[in-house]
Amino acid sequence: MNTQRRNRLVATVFLLGGTAITAALVLTALEENVNLFYPPERVVNGDAPTGVTIRAGGMVVCGSVAHDASGLGVSFVLTDYQGSDFMVRHVGILPDLFREGQGILVTGQLDSGRVFRASEVLAKHDENYMPPEMAGIGIEAEACDPPDSTEPAFAS
Amino acid sequence: MIVEIGHFAVVAALVVALALGVVGHVSAVNGTWRSLAATLASCQLLLLACGFAVLVRAFFVSDFSVAYVAENSNILLPWYYRVSATWGAHEGSFLLWTLIMAVWTWAVSLGCSRLPDEIFGRVLGTMGLLNFGFVLFLLATSSPFERLLPGVPAEGADLNPLLQDFGLIVHPPLLYTGYVGFAVAFSFAIAALVSGRLDAAWARWSRPWTNVAWAFLTVGIALGSWWAYYELGWGGWWFWDPVENASFMPWLAGTALLHSLAVTEKRGAFKSWTALLAIAAFSLSLLGAFIVRSGVLTSVHAFAVDPERGLFVLALLALAVGGALTVYALRAPTITSRARYGGFSRELLLLVNNAILVVALAFVLHGTLYPLAHEAITGGEKTSVGAPYFNRGFVPLMCVLACFLALAPVARWKRTPLAILGNAGLMCAAALCLGLALPLVLGGAFKLGAAVAVALGLWIMFVHGADMWRRRDSATRGYLGMTLAHVGFAVSLIGIGATSEFSREVDARMAVGDSVSLNGVTYRFAALRRIEGPNYIAEQAEFITDGGVHLYPEKRRYPVREQVMTEAGIAAGFVRDLYIALGSPLPDGSWGVRIQDKPMVRWIWLGALMMAFGGVLAVMDPRYRRLNARARSRRERQNAGGLAAAGGARGYPPPAK
Repeated sequence: MNTQRRNRLVATVFLLGGTAITAALVLTALEENVNLFYPPERVVNGDAPTGVTIRAGGMVVCGSVAHDASGLGVSFVLTDYQGSDFMVRHVGILPDLFREGQGILVTGQLDSGRVFRASEVLAKHDENYMPPEMAGIGIEAEACDPPDSTEPAFAS
Repeated sequence: MIVEIGHFAVVAALVVALALGVVGHVSAVNGTWRSLAATLASCQLLLLACGFAVLVRAFFVSDFSVAYVAENSNILLPWYYRVSATWGAHEGSFLLWTLIMAVWTWAVSLGCSRLPDEIFGRVLGTMGLLNFGFVLFLLATSSPFERLLPGVPAEGADLNPLLQDFGLIVHPPLLYTGYVGFAVAFSFAIAALVSGRLDAAWARWSRPWTNVAWAFLTVGIALGSWWAYYELGWGGWWFWDPVENASFMPWLAGTALLHSLAVTEKRGAFKSWTALLAIAAFSLSLLGAFIVRSGVLTSVHAFAVDPERGLFVLALLALAVGGALTVYALRAPTITSRARYGGFSRELLLLVNNAILVVALAFVLHGTLYPLAHEAITGGEKTSVGAPYFNRGFVPLMCVLACFLALAPVARWKRTPLAILGNAGLMCAAALCLGLALPLVLGGAFKLGAAVAVALGLWIMFVHGADMWRRRDSATRGYLGMTLAHVGFAVSLIGIGATSEFSREVDARMAVGDSVSLNGVTYRFAALRRIEGPNYIAEQAEFITDGGVHLYPEKRRYPVREQVMTEAGIAAGFVRDLYIALGSPLPDGSWGVRIQDKPMVRWIWLGALMMAFGGVLAVMDPRYRRLNARARSRRERQNAGGLAAAGGARGYPPPAK
């Protein structure tokens, strides 16, 4: 076999090997790490599975945010303003732009009582943000009446 | 009136860019329009600089009759943020993009003045056509010069507080310089393909440009990561967000291109592969622009969504990539390579480097675009791909890459005597021992990831250090640049391993006077006070550790947008960062507080800076200046009619036709 052919063979082997490795990595990694998004309606009507990591989103219902008396637990209700509401429970710190009346995304699992246990709460860095997932639902952010009793420190 | 002048200058730049596109390609054939092309490149720069200066002025004097200024600035904003607000949103940042493109074009017209007509003209022409597309996009869909008349607002909607930061002043210009810089490598590849001169000389011409662009992109990405770390308040430095991936993919392609160019320059091999990588790197920059500016993917920091813009960028992308690949398909089969290399050679190592980088790139690309494809296939079902997906594939690939990288300095062109490898093996063993021992000593626990990262990083450092010592008298700047960049990679690797495995964090509910312990350090919430900034009011907490370190995290409220922002309190250090972010105030007056201990996190960015500096150092190698001198003398001979005689000169094989 001459050098050029051998070089081509080496290159081809690398190419095929690379493709195979990529495919294998992609398939195994995807299986566990793709999170489907569920709008409030599908969380409420039972389409969303329990015990599996999923994403959900909705507007935070005005006045629904309740902090625990101690610790960092907080619960709130997400809605699509069309009759589908569900409760979210999160332990930890909420993002800066988390506000009542705003659209947010949550990642986590539904427990057996269909309460959404959020491991992550996402709000975008823009007050007019609508998660792209929810743009199709056709709801808009609304302003809640300030000042809000849950956020006393910034009553100006 | 001044604003209209700026607008007009950009319109004129559109015409000039088109003219440059035509003149450049014509001058490649007839040779006489060469100086005209160079003049047009200067004109283009002047006009776009004028347009940009007008917009900066509008921000500086708070001219709210300009819609873009009114939406992104405010009279209360300090002057430096008013200026940097120019590139704080889509329209202005894209104007900056076109300006940087013009700067690169101008730099090429100066720096490559000694190249043959054929290459010079086609490079400038291709860059002119590209910038014609960019400026057209700017004017057609996103002009920053639109007026708000009548009804000029009194004070403007303000810049997003997240962007009121030093990071935003420098991050986008550096990042864009990197993105757009790959247009030079792209144009060189097109020029070489069209003129049939895809040879070692071409690689040598385009290599310095590619290095510089890559260095800028490296610093830009590192700055973005650093900014996210201290500004977003989560203490994370990489999130695998689509927008981050958008900047990372061209970087991966660019890194592969750097290495492939080395083989093409030194050995004349991998020619068509190198051209393909040059096309890919810039195409991925355009894809990144599409992802960021079209809003098709869920991202925490995409620009405002506008489908029309997305469509336009997609059309640009299709034209540029489609055109380039067509040229490639027509020309690549005519390219032959006579280079030979043996079983274990530097060529082979660089081939492996390219294979791994391209596999990693494909992996990231797939994860980034998967939600789009999934939505299209299932008819609207939304998904997202989490960070674990990316880590699962990317981390092992980088570990394999590090293994091969450690052998880089000892490998020789053509064939490496196996005896040389003995030392590298010894060092591998030493690094492995230290890698296993060090994290145990420093972190107090065994973590596989940290051990692997430290061992690989040390191995790379040992081999490169020993080799540099051996060549201490004969080291060229190119060699020093490579060594510095590789050691930088090792530094980043160790930083990533240590931060990922040994970071600790605790979320606590704290009132003034409370203490929390984390990783052997006690943090006391000492005081809380209200402070006033130029355009915000903040609650500033003071935390004191038992080691006497003071940290001042803040919660700022920007009244103009009614937006609340976390300003983390960070005690930065070479060995570890202490990091405190205030969460939300709770009804009883206490605060949610997140305290983090992040060992060696600075190493990640330090390593990136070393890589970038290494890239620039390599460009300063005298051989590129010698090359220019040789090209000049060749051109003079060529112009005197000595084309045939010069055809076989060293380093310039005749065009493969």
